Formats: sequence, structure tokens, C-alpha cells
Amino acid sequence: MSEILSSQVRAICREYADDRTRMMDIVRAVQAALGYVPSEALDLIAEAVGSHRVEVESVVSFYAFFSKTPKGKVIVRLCDDIVDEMAGSAAVAEVFKAGLGIDFGQTTPDGAISLEWTPCIGMCDQAPAAMVNEVIVTSLSTDSARAIVEGLKTHGDPKRLIRRLGDGNNAHPLIHAAVVNHLRQPGAVIFAGEQPGEALRKALSMSPVEVIREVKASRLRGRGGAGFPTGMKWAFTRDAEGEDKIIICNADEGEPGTFKDRVILTERANLLFEGMAIGGYAIGAAEGLVYLRGEYAYLKPYLEHVLAQRRASGLLGKDICGQGFDFDIRIQMGAGAYICGEETALISSCEGLRGDPKNRPPFPAQKGYLGRPTSVNNVETLCCVARVLQHGAGWFAQFGSKGSAGTKLLSVSGDCASPGVYEFPFGVTLREVLRAVGAEDAAAVQVGGPSGQLVPPARFDEIICYDHLATGGAVVVFGPQRDLLHVVAKYLEFFVEESCGFCTPCRVGNVLLKNQHEKFVAGRADLEDLAQIKEIAQTVKATSRCGLGQTSPNPVLSLLRDFPQLYEANIKPAEAGLRPSFDIKGALKTASDIIGRESRIY
Amino acid sequence: MPKKIAIIIDDNVVEARPGQTILQAAEQAGVYIPRLCWMKPLEPFGGCRLCTVKVNGRYQTACTQPAADGQIIENETEEIRAFRRSLLDMLFVEGNHYCMFCEKSGDCELQAQAYRLGIDAPKLPYLFPDRQVDASHPDIMVDHNRCILCARCVRASQDLDGKNVFQFVGRGAHKRVAVNAEANLGETNASVRDGAISMCPVGALIKKGTGYHTPIGQRSYDHTPIGADIEKKAEG
Ligand SMILES: Cc1cc2nc3c(=O)[nH]c(=O)nc-3n(C[C@H](O)[C@H](O)[C@H](O)COP(=O)(O)O)c2cc1C
Ligand code: SF4
Repeated sequence: MSEILSSQVRAICREYADDRTRMMDIVRAVQAALGYVPSEALDLIAEAVGSHRVEVESVVSFYAFFSKTPKGKVIVRLCDDIVDEMAGSAAVAEVFKAGLGIDFGQTTPDGAISLEWTPCIGMCDQAPAAMVNEVIVTSLSTDSARAIVEGLKTHGDPKRLIRRLGDGNNAHPLIHAAVVNHLRQPGAVIFAGEQPGEALRKALSMSPVEVIREVKASRLRGRGGAGFPTGMKWAFTRDAEGEDKIIICNADEGEPGTFKDRVILTERANLLFEGMAIGGYAIGAAEGLVYLRGEYAYLKPYLEHVLAQRRASGLLGKDICGQGFDFDIRIQMGAGAYICGEETALISSCEGLRGDPKNRPPFPAQKGYLGRPTSVNNVETLCCVARVLQHGAGWFAQFGSKGSAGTKLLSVSGDCASPGVYEFPFGVTLREVLRAVGAEDAAAVQVGGPSGQLVPPARFDEIICYDHLATGGAVVVFGPQRDLLHVVAKYLEFFVEESCGFCTPCRVGNVLLKNQHEKFVAGRADLEDLAQIKEIAQTVKATSRCGLGQTSPNPVLSLLRDFPQLYEANIKPAEAGLRPSFDIKGALKTASDIIGRESRIY
Repeated sequence: MPKKIAIIIDDNVVEARPGQTILQAAEQAGVYIPRLCWMKPLEPFGGCRLCTVKVNGRYQTACTQPAADGQIIENETEEIRAFRRSLLDMLFVEGNHYCMFCEKSGDCELQAQAYRLGIDAPKLPYLFPDRQVDASHPDIMVDHNRCILCARCVRASQDLDGKNVFQFVGRGAHKRVAVNAEANLGETNASVRDGAISMCPVGALIKKGTGYHTPIGQRSYDHTPIGADIEKKAEG
């Protein structure tokens, strides 16, 4: 590596104070500057931050957006989600391949352009979609894909690929994106009008303990998936030992089919930051982090701008609202890893480590980010908090059902007339949702993403809430023409790709589940395979270390429970003492080739 | 005076000290909970999941879960044993384990756990991965075919040897142990005397020149199953 490059790497490290906990930022910057993280850079970074080369390599090799080998100046990442596939991503992929003359996973010989698949980028409502570096291109067709290829070949500038700007803040010069909000049904809580500062001032006029009491009284539960009562989480964090508490907003939104936080970040950033400041005040934190998924990097300049505006109007920074409360927020970028949405993995990533989840106990509220008491809250949860303070707990709790107060944002996509974001009160039936989105002929609905459940029509009258159809926001509709075995195969593949690999059942079990499932897809399974897929699914669910593995068998368990006929129809009885999954001809092929004839028996 | 903690493991009342994990408390009382990645004096890792028990109806790893008064714990139930057999099967099919000619045979903890749970051969389909062997170091051989990613070497090298020779790279099924060098172990400051080398439970880190020295019949698990020493304490 030349002197110039090494001084570049050293300068990047210095920019982050040679701080090893800022490893994500350092590696991101090196990747952006050099197009990859060369071997020499691993040594240089390790030396600068006082770590070891292999520790740096460990981080670099974990995240999909980091690479140890050279990539193109422009990387086209086509979303390989099932919804994109249903919207025609295969044809788009062919255009990219033919136009660029390379396959997925390759780089053009001139080093200009790389082509890759990537899991759900949060654009299912405008699929097929892709990232071109940090630029998002949506609603792709073979024609628009051809235009993109042409553009990249002539000017090579991803920004110039944006033709028509999206609605609302998507057209803001700092976002400047073709993304469309598709905010189909704004509700009373999240998408009501904004009055920056109102909720925060109310909170600051109360004591932190009173704020927590108000949040508890609202019966608000976490919107990120686990549904833990937010007031209780804050009370634990506040009461934990340690002065340097911190609040982290989980904006990783990685569950395939979820995109509601994207719309909040675009249209209600003030509400979110207001909720974070209230949370900081309540738990006694002076610092907040927003962990923003790498796919949403296009929103970062705008979010920084909103933060700056809030600082300028005394709603962030020193002596907020003149009440002596100091609190500031930094945005931490992710780099392509679904597991980093899991709160302890997210904390690892913020600490500059691999996105491995941590052992519990201790819980984040006791010892989280750098050992400090930490509250991790979802984007939507924090917006709810701001509304609770603005209008009162009673006002908030009037919406929703008994165990599930308030409204829920649903990101609806797939086979429906109007995909997009809908704000419904909890307690709405799935059937009502389907009517609103124009999907009354649905044959199955995935509620809660791949880690949720596949719901058959017989259960469409169940309600969306924490105790029945729970969801972090994803609702994917499958029409009668869809092959559900294929849908499940895609989901299992997703978990194989996204497992962190820390624990045995998730690392190995998910590969086995996927292989086992493929036997049914291929019609080569027997009764023993049915028993085996159940056994693997149960082991992975029961013994996995974190929520990823504990929910990754759900697609299989869902089929077994609600669509058993799909597996059963693909079972072949064993013939002549051979299991149908055993390909005897294939096994004998090498020997047959050597002796130059086929087996007389098989 | 610290409060006494009593936990119930499969109908046996076991006393625990505050700060002890379920695994430690059980071990002290002569109750063996199978484990692979856990090893004294390393920090608990919680990766192999073999020590999964059911605590008040919830699955937890005994190596990370603190003992708490009144816990009702299931260890040797058929449900838990089935999970453990599945997990061991997964570790076998994930790698390439040729027990019959492995230097570690008879002293291998993976093999010993399998025998303890009555596994003769895995039921799950083999994955036959393509893995590397690194014989670059004069005294140590690394055979990734037999690695179970238990992180004992990673933790020992960092916390006991103070060297950080080993660390994981890649994620999911691509996760593997890497060394602190561009290419191989020979370029690192690893020594055959490192705790990291002797703590490998399987045949992934082998001291060169020591293979097959112990005659069959005198190896660790030739006569008694793994865990027997702990269980013997209870009888004695
Ligand atoms: C694999 C996995 C991925 C997750 N991804 C997200 C995510 O993208 N956003 C989120 O808010 N929570 C996610 N969660 C849930 C978080 O662990 C955590 O419960 C949540 O952020 C807490 O915030 P809440 O209480 O406001 O919901 C995920 C959990 C798992 C197991
Ligand atoms: S369950 Fe999966 S993602 Fe979670 S720790 Fe285990 S391997 Fe990692």
C-alpha cells in the first residue's frame, strides 16, 4: 500500500480520536475511501486504536457492507426479498447482469461496478428496489434497470440516477430521494401534526420519576417486537447503578417487510428526537445514540440537520429549554447486519465490535453500552412517548385494546392494491387491515415478518395486538397464486445468511432446516423427514441464544401448524429400501464415470 | 451473612452461594450438567448451548444463568437430553470429524459427550464443509475440520495468555477461527505452552509430536464417561 493510502487510514483513525469503540465509523470511512479494507489497513487500524489485527478483521468480516477485497466504485445491491421477487426482481436482475456483463457477486473488469444481492432494504412498498451505493432506486422495471446501467456506464454517478423525487421530505434537498412515503392511513398518535418542544417542555416541568409514572400509566409497550413495557424498562435503567446512563434508539429496522420506521424518520424526525430527549431526562442520561441501519444512510444528512436545528432552538444540547437539562444525540451507522437490530447485538456494534448478541444477565438496563445502564427503544416507541407526554397517558390509552394500548404502524406489502404504511389502533382484525389495503382475496398473510407467523384465511378475524397477532410492523400479503413453500424457503435462507453464528443451534440448525425444507420443495421427502424437520425446528427454537434463533424456525412451525397439507402433499413413500431424498444415481456417478457404464441395479 | 440459596435440580435440593451460576452450584453438589464451551477459569461464553436446562419452565444455559433461590431446574429429562443429542449431532455434521483416526480420540470432549448421551452416529445429514488445515507453526497444528467454535482458544489467548492470537471472523455458517496474522499461525507469537492450545476440547488445536502417545485404555474417557469425576464427588 502506498504512503498516501496509509496516511489516509491514519487520518481516518485520528478523526475518531483513535478510539477503538468507534471501529464502525473508522471501518466505514476506510471502506468508503478505498472501496475496501485492505490487509495493510487492518494492521494500521489495529495499531492506531491499540487493538489486534485479527480483532479488526473480526469486525470487518462480520458486516455485509464491509469488504476485505476490492469492490467496484459503485455497488448495485438489488433487494432479494420475496416481495421484490413477486414484483419482478428476477427480470430486473437479468437486465443488470446482461447490461454490466457480470454475475451477482462480481465486479466489472474495469473495477467500476459491483453487483450484489442484499436482504430487505425497507422498500417493500415500492419493490423491486435496489441500493446504488447510498442512493435508493425503487419500483424498478426492466426499462428503468436498463437506464440505470446506461447511466452508470456513462457518468457513473449514483446521485444522477434519481429522476423524480418522492413526496414529503423525500424531496428535501438533504434527502433528495426517489423514495415515496406511501403513508396511506395516518392515525391520531404518530402521524398527527408536530409541535416541536411541546412534549419536551411538559416533561421537563415534571420530575423524571413522574415522567416514568406517566409512561407506565399509558401502558405503552415496545414497538420493536418484544413488547416490553417502556415505563418499566426506564425505571430499571434509572434505578441501575452507574451515573453515565444512555438511551439508544433502535433504527435498524431489518425485519423483512418492515418499513414504517423509514417513514417516521423521514416525516417525524422531530417527534422521535423529542421522545429520545424525554427518555434521556427520565432515565438520567445526558447522551443518546441513534443506531441507523446502513440501508438508510440516505436519511443521515437530513437527520443531522434536524438535530442541528433542535440544538439551535434549545431543544437539544446544553441547558435544554433553560431547564438545566443537558442531552445530546449522535447517529451511529450500521453496515448491513439484521442481527444488529437485536438490542444486545446493537450495543456490541455501537461499541465497535462484531454484532454478536451478549449474554443476559446482565441486561442492558443494568450493564449495556460500554458497561453503562442502557435503554434501547424502537423509533416508533419513542414517538409514542412524546405523544404520551404531549397529550397525557389517559389520552394515549384510549386507543387500542386492553393489553395493547395505542396505535400500531403496519408496513403492508405484497399482493395488495395499496401497499404502504397504515396507522391502526391495536385490536383491529387482520380482515379489516386486508380490506383497507385492498387484499381481500389473500391466501395467507405473513404477520411480523419471517420471525412472525404465516396466517391462513381461517384466522383472518384474529386481532393485531401483543397477545394474538403480534408484529413489529410487517404485514406481507400472499395471493392465491403464490407458492408458500417457496416463500418459506426464502425466509429460511434469510436466517441462514443473517445468523451471527455464535451459537450451535442457530448457526447449524438453520442450515439444516433450509436443506430439510428443500427436500419437500423438491418432492423428495419422506415421513422421517417430516419428523426430522420438526425436531430440528424445536431444538433451534428452544436452545438458541437470542431472539433470532428463537424465532427463525417460525416459518416452518407456521406451515406445520396452519398449512400442514403443504408438507404432507410433498411426501413420497420410501421405495425399495431407499429414502427418496437419497439420490443413488448421483452417489454412483463418479464410479459410473470411471467404469464407463451405469449401475445395472440402479 | 449472605442469604442461602436453594435450587432444585431434577428433584434434588442443591445449595448455592450468591454469585454462582446454576452450572457451578450443580457441579459443587455432584450434579453434572453437560457442557463444551464452558471451562474453568474462562468467562462463560454460552455458545455451544449443551448446558441448556429448563429453569422454571424457561430454557436457559446453566453456565450463564445465576442460581436464584427456589429455581426448579430440569436437567436430565428426556426433553432436555433430546435437545442435547440434537446439538451434538449439529456439531458433528457441521464439521468433518474422523474420530477413528483423530489424535484426540478418547480424550475428545465432543466425542465423550456424544457417548455419554448414547450417540453412536449422527442422525442429521452431514454438511461436509470444505475446511482448511494450518500446519505452519513448528509445534502446533490447526485443523479447522474439527473446530466446534467454542471460543475456548479465543478466550484463553486473550484473558489467560494475554496474546489475542485467535479471534472469530465471518458470521453465520461462514464463521471460523482466524489467527492474528495475514496468513497463518506460524506468523503469530503462539506458543505450544499457551493455555489456548491445551484448552481445545477437540482435535482442532493439536500439539505436534504428541499424537497417539497414550495407549487405548488409558485415555481420559476410555473407562468412565465425561462428567463421572464430578458425579463421583456426590457419592463419596
Ligand atoms: C433478530 C432481531 C432483530 C431485531 N430487530 C429490531 C429492529 O430492527 N428494530 C427494533 O426496534 N427492534 C428490533 N428487535 C427487538 C430489539 O431487540 C428490542 O427488543 C427493541 O429494540 C426494544 O425496543 P422497544 O422496547 O421499543 O420495542 C430485534 C430483535 C431481534 C431478536
Ligand atoms: S441465536 Fe443466532 S443470532 Fe442469536 S446468538 Fe445464536 S447464532 Fe447468533
